[in-house]
Amino acid sequence: MVGLPARLNDQLAELRHRFRPLLDALSAWGLWVLIGALFVWAALDERQLFVVGIVVGSIYALGALGLTLIYGILKFGNFAHGDTMMLGAYVAYFVLTGRIVGERTDTNTGLGLDRLPAATDRLGDLTFGYAFLLAVAAAVIVIALVSVGLDRVIYRPLRRRGSSIVIFAIASLGVALATRSVILFVWGPDSRVYVSGIHRARHLPFDIVLKTDQIFVLIVAVALTAAMYLLLFRTKLGKAMRATADNPALARVAGINTEQTIVWTWIIGGALVAVAGVLLALQANLTPNLGFFLLLPLFAAAILGGLGNPVGALLGAMVVGVAQETSVEFLSPGYKASVAFFILVVILLLRPHGLFGGRTR
Amino acid sequence: MTTGPVLEAQGVVAGYGEVNILHGVSLRVDGGEMVAVIGPNGAGKSTLLKAIFGLLPLRSGRVFLKGQEITNLSPDEVVLRGLSYVPQVENVFPSLTVLENLEMGAFVRRNGVRHRLQQVCELFPDLAGRRGEVAARLSGGQRQMLAVARALMLDPEVLLLDEPSASLSPKMVAIIFDRIGIINQAGTAILLVEQNAKEALSLSHRGYVLAMGQNRLEGEAKGLLENAEVARLYLGA
Repeated sequence: MVGLPARLNDQLAELRHRFRPLLDALSAWGLWVLIGALFVWAALDERQLFVVGIVVGSIYALGALGLTLIYGILKFGNFAHGDTMMLGAYVAYFVLTGRIVGERTDTNTGLGLDRLPAATDRLGDLTFGYAFLLAVAAAVIVIALVSVGLDRVIYRPLRRRGSSIVIFAIASLGVALATRSVILFVWGPDSRVYVSGIHRARHLPFDIVLKTDQIFVLIVAVALTAAMYLLLFRTKLGKAMRATADNPALARVAGINTEQTIVWTWIIGGALVAVAGVLLALQANLTPNLGFFLLLPLFAAAILGGLGNPVGALLGAMVVGVAQETSVEFLSPGYKASVAFFILVVILLLRPHGLFGGRTR
Repeated sequence: MTTGPVLEAQGVVAGYGEVNILHGVSLRVDGGEMVAVIGPNGAGKSTLLKAIFGLLPLRSGRVFLKGQEITNLSPDEVVLRGLSYVPQVENVFPSLTVLENLEMGAFVRRNGVRHRLQQVCELFPDLAGRRGEVAARLSGGQRQMLAVARALMLDPEVLLLDEPSASLSPKMVAIIFDRIGIINQAGTAILLVEQNAKEALSLSHRGYVLAMGQNRLEGEAKGLLENAEVARLYLGA
């Protein structure tokens, strides 16, 4: 290090070494206490923001789950995950409305499901009709297929060549840029909405007001997370996925077809992130760049929970969601993204293996 | 006991990169037999197991299981045909529970998993008591037991064991060898690679001595134990 005498430097290193276990314990407990305090304070003082944070967090959770699964098995951070999420949202938009960008106004291809009879009649208090649900299903299928296709064309050849994780990460960055460009090319830069109309609010106990759509989002996210948990811990496929993440060489020795496991990982990760994209777009407007901004909270959530740990990703997503939403009490809403960034930096400094992880590096 | 060879390797040549480690090694394991492969460090013992199991491509030579050729089949196909392999290190799934580890051992099995689980648990009662525990929490010896138990879940024709006694306490080594003996007596043929030559030979029916990637000696285990050259080279006598 420039400017520091070697002796001082040595002493610093010595000190750091001696206090490492103490610092480890402190940072672990400190983080848990901090998270506990955040949740208690938010739940008591900022109930409304807290609940909205949970809704946002549950969307992040779906994205972070996919991210952490892919990391667990393929060992690289998939930078394309945010843009894949947006692609899912746009595919659902197309299936629903049939619209793509035109020269001056939109071109309606006439392929949208909203032409079906009563397709957009509102389901109860929700803003959308059954066509929207079909559009979500279509997006799930398309994104799962696209994910598997990208693996075939890009990641599998890299695996066969034994490329380093840096190559994988940079390749995924390329996929991210390409995906965003495709979105821009097909749907243009303007923001879009699935359905315009008035949101009905619901008054819940404890003075909480939520849009019915938000309640829908929460239910879907919770249901999918629970399904994921059952898949990973109760089914043969899920156990094989965890085994492959744990020790791919031994998984092969046990007779697990790891390539097939990888395909399933992309299918499941893609399906989850497609749903996340649609749920997000149901809350906010669809813009091509949204996916890029989402990458930060998704990575923060996945790393906070410990990369590769699905339960951790869920908790991490809730922390990031609640922290972001409650931050508007102190900061301008424009800084929400920086909250996720701040969380990310703090974890990487203190506990790079996440809340449940072992020692710091 | 003997019913002709269940596993046979003929003139196996394999290696890493430009270098060949094995220069034409041959061996056979008969039905129900326990065969030890001993030799000094770097003789290619572990490489031989990897090559037989399909983890390392054969550059020459052939491998047969029950008379069917399995040369250069992928591990999942080899497993399906009844060959099980326990690597020397990193041989359990650390974040999976003991039970899940065993289930993964039976991954390619379609039926009888529950029954087999019961049999394996009877053989390893100390594991049965810790079914729900995560493998990372087990001691080194228990982990080794779990690794062997995982491979047994397949009910294999032949079990390939790569240095099961490595880095275990002497007490644990005795226990592990005792279990291996029991597994063999129950009818599973075993090909055992060991640094611990004396114990391995006293447990086995036959043995092969490997040196520099080639067959050096072979014969009845008892004969090898008494062989002066073996004693001088590998038994430290």
